Amino acid sequence: MAKSLFEEKLNSGKFIVTAEVGPQKGVDCSDMVHHIKLLKDKVDALNVTDHQSSVMRFPSLGGCLLVKELGGEPILQVTCRDRNRLALEADLLFAYSRGICNVLCLTGDSIDVGDHKEAKPVFDLDSVQLLRLIRTLESGKDMGGNDLKGAPQFCIGASVHPAADRIEPQLIKFEKKVAAGAQFFQTQGIYELDSLRRFMQYASQFNVKILAGIILMASVRMAQYMNENVPGVIVPQSVIDELASVEKGKGLQKGIEIAVRTIKAIKEQNLCHGVHIMAVGRESVVPEIIEAAGL
Amino acid sequence: MIVAEQKPLDEIQRMIAPYEKVLILGCGTCMTVCGAGGEREVSLLHSALRLAQARAGSNMHQFSEYTVKRQCDPEFIALLADRVREVDAILSLGCGIGVQVAAEHFPDTPVLPGVNTSFMGAVSELGVWDERCAACGDCRLAETAGICPITRCTKGILNGPCAGTKNGKCEANKDIDCAWILIYERLARLGQLEKMRRYYPPRNFRTIPRPRRLVNLVKADMGEEHG
Repeated sequence: MAKSLFEEKLNSGKFIVTAEVGPQKGVDCSDMVHHIKLLKDKVDALNVTDHQSSVMRFPSLGGCLLVKELGGEPILQVTCRDRNRLALEADLLFAYSRGICNVLCLTGDSIDVGDHKEAKPVFDLDSVQLLRLIRTLESGKDMGGNDLKGAPQFCIGASVHPAADRIEPQLIKFEKKVAAGAQFFQTQGIYELDSLRRFMQYASQFNVKILAGIILMASVRMAQYMNENVPGVIVPQSVIDELASVEKGKGLQKGIEIAVRTIKAIKEQNLCHGVHIMAVGRESVVPEIIEAAGL
Repeated sequence: MIVAEQKPLDEIQRMIAPYEKVLILGCGTCMTVCGAGGEREVSLLHSALRLAQARAGSNMHQFSEYTVKRQCDPEFIALLADRVREVDAILSLGCGIGVQVAAEHFPDTPVLPGVNTSFMGAVSELGVWDERCAACGDCRLAETAGICPITRCTKGILNGPCAGTKNGKCEANKDIDCAWILIYERLARLGQLEKMRRYYPPRNFRTIPRPRRLVNLVKADMGEEHG
């Protein structure tokens, strides 16, 4: 039996669509609720980010509970930056107890890129170790080797960077994540298809689902800012030039066009198993992207 | 070796403010090599403090100076008893260990730190030191081609690079090499990439309970035998 609705969809062979919502800084969840309602029936699952870019926010667990309450299928993003192994284990037990059964395991961005630069970085585990920790919990044991009273069952995923400028070390890590039990991968942003195509030629030997990450670009400035400041993001010059070619105020429309074009090409060429749309604050246009891409 | 940098003069002045007679105490080992608190720095700091006092029109402090061979060694610290008896406080330019050894040895004299002890590192060029060891107590350098991921990766992760590396640099600091790209390149060069493909379990922090103590009676005995 599938461990979650999302796992069922992953195994169905259909083209998968996931998107993400980013919790706000503060207790007013109205925007997040709005975005969840807007997206929950248009995607196969909704990721909730975990202090994205090391900026302190409402927790991903809380966001996932909202997704559940509103009838959606959540993917809990868990980073190793802020919690040691006890806290990670406890959060995972709690998540499962409330029906949150999909987890994306991430190392987490460096503290230095965020808004609490003086905080202690934890990184007790890394992403590969976190994947293994989940499989350990599923076996009915905690990391101390003690028996659990009731074991969780999770559908687990991780990230991979097909467009990394040094791809070989990333592929070694990818294989370790597969060996650790990752069932699905949501990639870092994909802007040109050659790197994705090359990656898939290699990755297709493994029995895992790859969802290509689509980051919506709203302006040239945003693309340049992300290149400079967001870990792992590499927006190619051709995309920056294309965003620059439109008149002021039309950047978002151009960004939507690029996202739609990329998604369509991925789907038509059957390049991978689905897409993961990251709108970074512009979740309200995701339904438009999904519709225009014919998903 | 241990690397430190001298504290700003105004912070040192605030620390010594309550004390009339102050011994500026240098260390002849690491602090001399890294230029934070050897004989030369003791003398320079002594002059700077005297000058600052003269400019302020005060003669509140009387300074003396001395540099021991190793401040972290009680045998050398013990030789200072006569000098310490004459002062109200010690301004130590030893590392954090030197400060504490002096404080333990002279329970009635305040010992103030004149340097910020930074890390264990090596000289990479003249006047530049880079951190190389975190003294984690569980050395993995055999598996990582002699490059320490615990020290040199900002996240200290064990199973390969995070996805934040760009142009071979770290996401936390574009001037710093990604340790895992360095490890990958060196393992590839040595024909040992299988070491990177291996899974490394979470670190065992029980091997490094704080504070740590190392007992090596065999070596201590041999030391006695060999005088």
